[in-house]
Amino acid sequence: MEPFYEDEEHEGTLELPAEPMRINMGPSHPAMHGTIRMVLELDGETVMDLDIQPGYLHRGFEKSCERGNWTQVFPYADRLNYVSPMLCNVGFSLAVEKLAGLKVPERCTWYRMILGEISRITDHLTCNSASAMELGAFTPFLWCIKVRDWLWDVLEQETGARMTHSFGRIGGMAKEPTPHFKESVRAVLPQVDEVLLETESLLLKNRIFLDRTQGIGKLSKERALAWGVTGPVLRSTGVDYDVRKAHPYMFYNAVDFDVPVGHDGDNYDRFMVRFEEVRQSMKIIEQCLDKMPDKGPINADDPRFVLPEKLDVYNTIEATIAHFKIVMEGIKVPAGEAYGFTEGGNGEMGFFIVSDGSGTPYRVRCRPPCFYNLQACREMLIGDMVADIVPTFGSINMIGGECDR
Amino acid sequence: MSKKVLERLKAQFGDRILATSSNFGDDEAVVAPKDWLEVATFLRDDPECEMNHFVDVTCVDYPMREDLPRFDVLVFVRSLAKKHRVRLKTRVDEGGSVPSLVPVWIGANWGEREAWDMFGVVFEGHPDPRRILLYEEFVGHPLRKDYPIEKTQPLVPYRDVEDIDKLPPFGADEGQPWSRIDWQARIEGSDFQVSPAIGEQQGQRPALSRGTEYTDLDDEAARTATE
Repeated sequence: MEPFYEDEEHEGTLELPAEPMRINMGPSHPAMHGTIRMVLELDGETVMDLDIQPGYLHRGFEKSCERGNWTQVFPYADRLNYVSPMLCNVGFSLAVEKLAGLKVPERCTWYRMILGEISRITDHLTCNSASAMELGAFTPFLWCIKVRDWLWDVLEQETGARMTHSFGRIGGMAKEPTPHFKESVRAVLPQVDEVLLETESLLLKNRIFLDRTQGIGKLSKERALAWGVTGPVLRSTGVDYDVRKAHPYMFYNAVDFDVPVGHDGDNYDRFMVRFEEVRQSMKIIEQCLDKMPDKGPINADDPRFVLPEKLDVYNTIEATIAHFKIVMEGIKVPAGEAYGFTEGGNGEMGFFIVSDGSGTPYRVRCRPPCFYNLQACREMLIGDMVADIVPTFGSINMIGGECDR
Repeated sequence: MSKKVLERLKAQFGDRILATSSNFGDDEAVVAPKDWLEVATFLRDDPECEMNHFVDVTCVDYPMREDLPRFDVLVFVRSLAKKHRVRLKTRVDEGGSVPSLVPVWIGANWGEREAWDMFGVVFEGHPDPRRILLYEEFVGHPLRKDYPIEKTQPLVPYRDVEDIDKLPPFGADEGQPWSRIDWQARIEGSDFQVSPAIGEQQGQRPALSRGTEYTDLDDEAARTATE
């Protein structure tokens, strides 16, 4: 038989006729967690360009805040990043307390830090294990979710709810820590560590996992900054920006922890930064548990902002009136503008709040970390393959509730 | 915290910085819209400011104030190396515009799209002026104070059935039609339009390219008329 191509010049140039193809991915796609639409422009399997379209989960968070009173924002704030709701709760309380000039007792601050770090652990475990699952590793997902449930058991014991706690208050927390709080946290932390090691042992020597994550979805340091990227995604590019270190709030300057950074800003670095942050969070929690006093008030002693004790409400007329005023009219936050920012699960979680002095927020702007992280996703993905979209998108940890609000 | 930045700005621009404040530790400088881009570029490039980390851009609506324009436009930036932050503010009237900051910090792209989406503040020179969180057929800008909070604009009309446990299947003329946007018209270069079927269904005008004015916020009458 004669070969198909005789002359040299055609050798190796056999190509199927291909022109750029436009493909729609999402908004409801089995391989993507989160309701989001991507319009891809493909050349073969290479992503030439893509248009990311969020907004399918938009529920009008900022508009809804403008109709209730300040305390009624907490349930909405819970539903921003519903994987780590406590961080959003505390972030919003801190912003309002900044505007009101309110100081919470020391015990409350430690309590907030512990609950917040537990939430951060659950957030990172969810993100990492779900990214692993999307690459076919189902076992790490089940193990991490098991641990997450143990952590949620602690949060349930404290707040009464597993996910949407609505536990923050302006000037404190809704309830005191339960008597067994410290014990139960101390009991669960070693188990988290153990499962973390097991999970890493499954993934970090896995050729498939490494090939699918290393060098994929790269982002450079300068571009990440210009895009407004924060959180683990920014730290994976080598920038050591963590709000807890750079602008310490609560007692983060009194605890000892490190900020893990990556080099390349690829999926692997994001994965490793998150796992290392879980360890650092555990370190923070242990220090906080040692430093948190067992006795003492949990709410600020300020009748303008904090509800009186129930016993007093039932027995004294002053407390009854104070209770009635706060519930009916809302907390009167002094007029002004303030931007309070904390380190959320995905980066800088900011609340820009404007008060006109009445009981209702005039404007609550949430600076969503996912929104800006997702914005940079376009740059990460251009030039990669279609199959790389899933792990890259997973490693950004886009939370629909926070991105679309 | 970063009083230095505000002083630097005042030294550089003098009277063009209309006001500065440092309430609650948040440094803020107010400029006129015409200086917006220049001040932002200075903040990024000046070695003493070095604001290379974009944080956020947003608006606040004050429809009742008479002495100042209606919207506050705010941009939040910080410096990675110097660890200071500043909030830049300008004020525009309804229908006015601010220069887009995308050439300065590329991250302003989605933030400005959202601000346009929610407040209708036009960012001049924005490379991609589309709505971002809402759908393109949406009429109005919901975070303005005069947008009623109860108002709904469903793409698929609500179904009026008595027994909600037994919903009848969608008829051929119900539900969301495939391709609600008239892509053909868009490709041919005409103005962006909603597909006629949707427009008719909702009693809405074809919505919203840049500069389309909407006058009556409450389209309920028009909507119910066609229903």
